[in-house]
Amino acid sequence: MRQPRKRTAPRLAPYAFVTPAVVLYALVLLIPIGYTLYLSLEKSQVSGLGLGLGGRRQVFAGLSNYDSALTDAAFLSSLLRVVVYSLILVPVMLGLALVFALLLDARRVRFQRFARLSIFLPYAVPIVIASLLWGFLYLPAVSPFPVILGKVGLSMPDLFAPRAAVLSVANIGVWGGTGFNMIVMYTALRAVPSELSEAARIDGASQLQVALRVKIPMIAPALVLTGVFSLIATLQVFNEPQTLRPLTNTISPVWMPLMRVYDLAFTDNNPYGAAALSVVIAAMLFAGSYALLRASTKRVFQGR
Amino acid sequence: MALTRTDGALTPGPSTARPAVRSGRGGRHGSNEKRVAALPSAILLLGAVYCLLPVAWVVIASTKNNAQLFNTFTFSPNGSLWSNIQGLSSYAGGVFWHWMWNTALYAGGGAVASTTVSALTGYALAKYEFRGRATLFNLMLAGVLVPPVVLALPQYLFLAKLGLTDTYWSVLLPSVLSPYGIYLARIYAMSAVPDEVIESARVDGCPEGRLFARIAVPMMSPGLVTIFLFQFVAVWNNFLLPFIMLSDENKFPLTVGLYTLLNRGSTAPALYSLVVTGSLLSIVPLMIAFLGLQRYWRTDLASGAVKQ
Repeated sequence: MRQPRKRTAPRLAPYAFVTPAVVLYALVLLIPIGYTLYLSLEKSQVSGLGLGLGGRRQVFAGLSNYDSALTDAAFLSSLLRVVVYSLILVPVMLGLALVFALLLDARRVRFQRFARLSIFLPYAVPIVIASLLWGFLYLPAVSPFPVILGKVGLSMPDLFAPRAAVLSVANIGVWGGTGFNMIVMYTALRAVPSELSEAARIDGASQLQVALRVKIPMIAPALVLTGVFSLIATLQVFNEPQTLRPLTNTISPVWMPLMRVYDLAFTDNNPYGAAALSVVIAAMLFAGSYALLRASTKRVFQGR
Repeated sequence: MALTRTDGALTPGPSTARPAVRSGRGGRHGSNEKRVAALPSAILLLGAVYCLLPVAWVVIASTKNNAQLFNTFTFSPNGSLWSNIQGLSSYAGGVFWHWMWNTALYAGGGAVASTTVSALTGYALAKYEFRGRATLFNLMLAGVLVPPVVLALPQYLFLAKLGLTDTYWSVLLPSVLSPYGIYLARIYAMSAVPDEVIESARVDGCPEGRLFARIAVPMMSPGLVTIFLFQFVAVWNNFLLPFIMLSDENKFPLTVGLYTLLNRGSTAPALYSLVVTGSLLSIVPLMIAFLGLQRYWRTDLASGAVKQ
């Protein structure tokens, strides 16, 4: 009954269909990356007295930009900070997301619809706006917390103190990201055949045991993916600390790695160094996420 | 023959398959089952309160003028919302509404274009055999892993070379390519568009372009809405790219505009009430869109792994 495919299968149509994506891919991905790699091997050199037009020219720099990137004290301390930040943020966010997802999927729990909407709502708030809102809530002059804490005899801690600031910024990430990950996990949970949980319950398992022994293992692929994607996203943190900067002096212009890139490019006017640092960060992220995905879920990205 | 199947029966999209999944639940519970689990309910409620707190704060705080913002308890509303909106509208010649319009343009235009490109590419990858298909698919997968935020500076450096920075295109173009959208579209095309339908349309002499537009796209549409929404939110939220690309205030999206407003506020706190009101106005459209389109948000990241 089946028509033989070859008789009518077109030759040119698929190329026409993929052309826009290929052109864009080259334009916004391949060429910019290539150009950045090229710039990262260049530097600007003063010729003559370095005065007037043409006082500086671009010359080959070898790996010297990479050398300064990898020994840049500001970058290295921001790297340490972002690792600490991610190691706090990701487990807290995904832990909360998982708990909420399981509760949304559990029986006899109230407020499920209300909570699902409310917890997902921050996803609709741009990170910059979320940072503005939390920034004001952290600011004793306009925050409701000092009054509320004062009623129970407590005073508000300085949320912008050097050590607290990492937590304060991480809280914005938790607030913004929990809902999305909750929905991803919840969707995965709904796809778990209900017979499995029913069978476990008939065998006398409690809801908690069903969650731990049946549901969580069944949604492991979703957990791994959310983990990897969240880690990649948090290592690129830029918007939250950058937005909070006008409100506090604790957050320096080079507080996180990408802020250092921005600072190099636009404050130090050193696009070559910024290019090299971008390459270093991108390579670290790419290698890290590739290794993580490869190691944890071979099948997820095989593309079938 | 097989064409008759197109109408509805075969559209498994991300959101339509749900109700059947849980037919065994709800309904006949024993009396013990009806008791509300207090602690889990309380935890959910606490989570909801945590997530609503900043939103509630901004709603109330935008009813305060600058003096009230600093001098009255922040959770007791005042009556200055309208004058705040007027103040914001007249700030710098009404630049705030420019930002709003730009954001809608970047997010709406970018997401429509991005969904179109993703649908075309995903469909071609799923339904045609052609030289270079595997390479293209691997390139797209690699693209998923390239962090977009890290890419912003290379894109700036390249567009600066072309003299295209500080244009609408500098923000729009990078928003159109979405490797992840292409990846999703390919999955939707594989699962929602049966080969038999395509083959019999070809036998009937349907050109490939019309086959895609009239037959494949309607079948993929629930998934395409999801791609559109993801991309819309991604562009609406984008900060670093326009922050780097643009210097003309009139081209800013809301995120960059409000950031600069806050930045000026640190030396002129009188602007704070405008920042607060601007924040409120800028999240209202997305929240409406979001509540209205809830059912499309249920797709999962790993749909390729979970769905058949």
